[in-house]
Amino acid sequence: MSGRVLVGVKRVIDYAVKIRVKPDKSGVVTDGVKHSMNPFCEIAVEEAVKMKEKKLIKEVVAVSCGPQQAQETIRTALAMGADRGIHVEVTGKDYESLGPLQVSKIMAALAKKEDAQLVILGKQAIDDDCNQTGQMTAALLDWPQGTFASEVSFEGNMLKVVREIDGGLETIKINTPAVVTADLRLNTPRYATLPNIMKAKKKKIANMKPADLGVDLTSRLEVLRVDEPPQRQSGMKVETVDDLVAKLKEAGTI
Amino acid sequence: MLLRKVTQSPALCGTILRIPPVLSGGQRVASVAAVLNSRLYASQAAQAVLEKTAAVGSDAATKVEKKAVSLESKSFAVNIFKGQIATAQVFPFPKALSEEQDQFLRELVGPVSKFFEEVNDAAKNDVLEKVEDHTMEGLKEMGAFGLQVPADLGGLGLSNTQYARLVEIVGSHDLGVGITLGAHQSIGFKGILLFGNPAQKEKYLPKLATGEHIAAFCLTEPASGSDAASIKTTAVESPCGQYFTLSGSKIWISNGGLAEIFTVFAKTPVKDPKTGEMKDKISAFIVERSFGGVTHGAPEKKMGIKASNTAEVYFDNVRVPADCLLGEVGGGFKVAMNILNNGRFGMAAALAGTMKGVITKAVDHAANRTQFGNKIHNYGAIQEKMARMAMMQYVTESMAYMISGNMDSGSTDFHIEAAISKIFASEAAWTVTDECIQVMGGMGFMKDSGVERVMRDLRIFRIFEGTNDILRLFVALNGFQNAGIQLKGLQKALKNPLGNAGLLAGELTKRAKRKAGLGTGLTLQGTVHPELAQSGELTVKAIEQFGVVVEELLVKHGKKIIDEQFVLKRVADCAIDLYAMVVVLSRASRSLSQGQASAQHEKILCETWCMEAYERVTRDIKTLNSSDSRRLFKNLRAISGAMVENGGVVAPHPLGY
Repeated sequence: MSGRVLVGVKRVIDYAVKIRVKPDKSGVVTDGVKHSMNPFCEIAVEEAVKMKEKKLIKEVVAVSCGPQQAQETIRTALAMGADRGIHVEVTGKDYESLGPLQVSKIMAALAKKEDAQLVILGKQAIDDDCNQTGQMTAALLDWPQGTFASEVSFEGNMLKVVREIDGGLETIKINTPAVVTADLRLNTPRYATLPNIMKAKKKKIANMKPADLGVDLTSRLEVLRVDEPPQRQSGMKVETVDDLVAKLKEAGTI
Repeated sequence: MLLRKVTQSPALCGTILRIPPVLSGGQRVASVAAVLNSRLYASQAAQAVLEKTAAVGSDAATKVEKKAVSLESKSFAVNIFKGQIATAQVFPFPKALSEEQDQFLRELVGPVSKFFEEVNDAAKNDVLEKVEDHTMEGLKEMGAFGLQVPADLGGLGLSNTQYARLVEIVGSHDLGVGITLGAHQSIGFKGILLFGNPAQKEKYLPKLATGEHIAAFCLTEPASGSDAASIKTTAVESPCGQYFTLSGSKIWISNGGLAEIFTVFAKTPVKDPKTGEMKDKISAFIVERSFGGVTHGAPEKKMGIKASNTAEVYFDNVRVPADCLLGEVGGGFKVAMNILNNGRFGMAAALAGTMKGVITKAVDHAANRTQFGNKIHNYGAIQEKMARMAMMQYVTESMAYMISGNMDSGSTDFHIEAAISKIFASEAAWTVTDECIQVMGGMGFMKDSGVERVMRDLRIFRIFEGTNDILRLFVALNGFQNAGIQLKGLQKALKNPLGNAGLLAGELTKRAKRKAGLGTGLTLQGTVHPELAQSGELTVKAIEQFGVVVEELLVKHGKKIIDEQFVLKRVADCAIDLYAMVVVLSRASRSLSQGQASAQHEKILCETWCMEAYERVTRDIKTLNSSDSRRLFKNLRAISGAMVENGGVVAPHPLGY
């Protein structure tokens, strides 16, 4: 076993930013908007770093796909404790159409290239909310998957994953190498402290292109339009149950 | 009172302005000490004037004088007092960060902001009257206690500009935490950074950088506030020379109850090398709590910055090893003043952040609150407030980064500017926060809005680290000192008119032109962006008028100018406005040249600021020039005198009881 964990870190618009749609409805405004690491990716990094601190694994490699700025996200992962980074440079049109399938192809190729024992990803990103990359990566690799993990532990060469499913928790045991996706309650990610950010400056980030991995980024999807969510209509207060029923009938809901 | 005492000290009289007899109508001129060309010395002398130290003796003066006699000041503020414009430090707006520094800072901003948004609870700290334990631990892990300590000694090695950017974040969230951090690194151990020898740095900085040891700055005493030179704490050298015995008490020491390492100022008897006489001079010491004999009082109850620990610190026959002397014996006043001078830009940066924070709240309220059927931001009364808030924040922020940039590029000539930034920032932040509450109305007055705490926290900024009143005198006197030197040179030239024909012709033409209301050839054309030409002209006009009034005041008052606090205050106000004008001109010019998205907005901010500042400067100059002002100042003095005599207001109640 290589003892190497690959962690995907996605650069997304910061959760606190109020999202605005571009006037031509082709997407959302990203220029001059604060970006940060996808919160679920932070959880994934934290889990990998913890495993390393417990000496369960040997190396944490943070991967991000995107333009030059993706390196900032990798730097954050390095400051949190990842050992090195891989920046897969995707720009322009390719970046605009970069979706779960393309990223999972990259992740799968890297997992093989790096001989990873484990791939940990966030369960989804807060920008497109796709929730597909982990599953697709596992499928492309033909590896077992433990998605929506709220607890991960090693049992020999096996991995015990407690999954958050509708209505409760499901515990599974899977072989490694495997793909795990992190749910909200897996851990509380640490802050990148300033001294660690400074130390991270010395850590290496390898730069490569999708073509170097033999990955074709062609997308089968076309975005037709992006719209603002509809404005909430104001409601009304009713005095009695009869009024309520009458109103609901009026609206055709019952 | 304070300044009057100074004039009676013969040693200091030599350091105060000398006015050439030709211009001052026959005043006697003392000889040697009159030529005070060194900026370094001049600034200290002005501080000496203010703070009445014996540390600046005439021997020290001549020493520095020789070294730097021909140095022309590049400081913008120094030059306006001579009616000149020195653009070197103000145009273009300093770009102080290398690409690597810029990249590093970008990475730091996120985590620091996040920490203050998610972990630190300013309201809770305020109620608890301490920084919550887990927050304090988090800050230490964060590295927030060693921002400017060199990296090889365990800190982050940040430049002043990088420091300013992070402190700004702290200031926008929690000034109580800001003071805890500032008292530690901006003043607490800054002395070790600036004046410590390699051994002292290696011994103390690593633990200070991680926050394992907290530092405090101990200058103020019960009977020594603004008049820092009057401290009574003593440090007596042992006969063997191995240690000093330090005794005395210090009050209102930030971090006093938490600190392990103290920078302490005490009087030490020093032998005058010339006369052999023993004199008390101030020396600076690094004192560890573990030396024994160091105790502190209970945390003080305060109006604001409650989260910051403030306590009395007592030193009872503390044996301080001679190795712990900071700088030279008798050099403590210089140490203290340099620490304070070097830290002032940080206050401006923090308060720029504070203003940004409250402005966001005011804007949010103004944009969403409906009264009389309209959102209130549609009303002129609110618009004017918002616009002024934005301008003041813009000026403060520009000053902070102008000065930190100057410092980072190696300037040592920023003392007047640093003092101006502290005065401006603390007053602007107060006004902006006050207006924020006003915009929010009753909502702003409620504790939950979080603005009343900011208001309480802010109040101290006009008082500590040099009250704004003392700093105004500092600004004015420092400027006068330099203007005086120029006049002195002119006077010398007049004694030998043939040999100095060129200089005299130039000066005479300048004066004649001024009299005739013509420009003196000063211009900012080609320096400011063409779109700001008008604001540039206003600034030039104001500087010309200011130069004239400074010269006239010098001629009129001579060295007695130091007694004229009514005058000095107004002169300082002009200097502050002029510096504010030039920093925004510089910054807005840069934005226009770079074609920033906000350039047109910044242009308006700059234009509006310059229009109003020009009005204020002209009004002040008019007051200073008018004969009515003498009556005004006399009245003010009389009213105050009567009040003191009466123990309060003098007029009887209108109802008679």
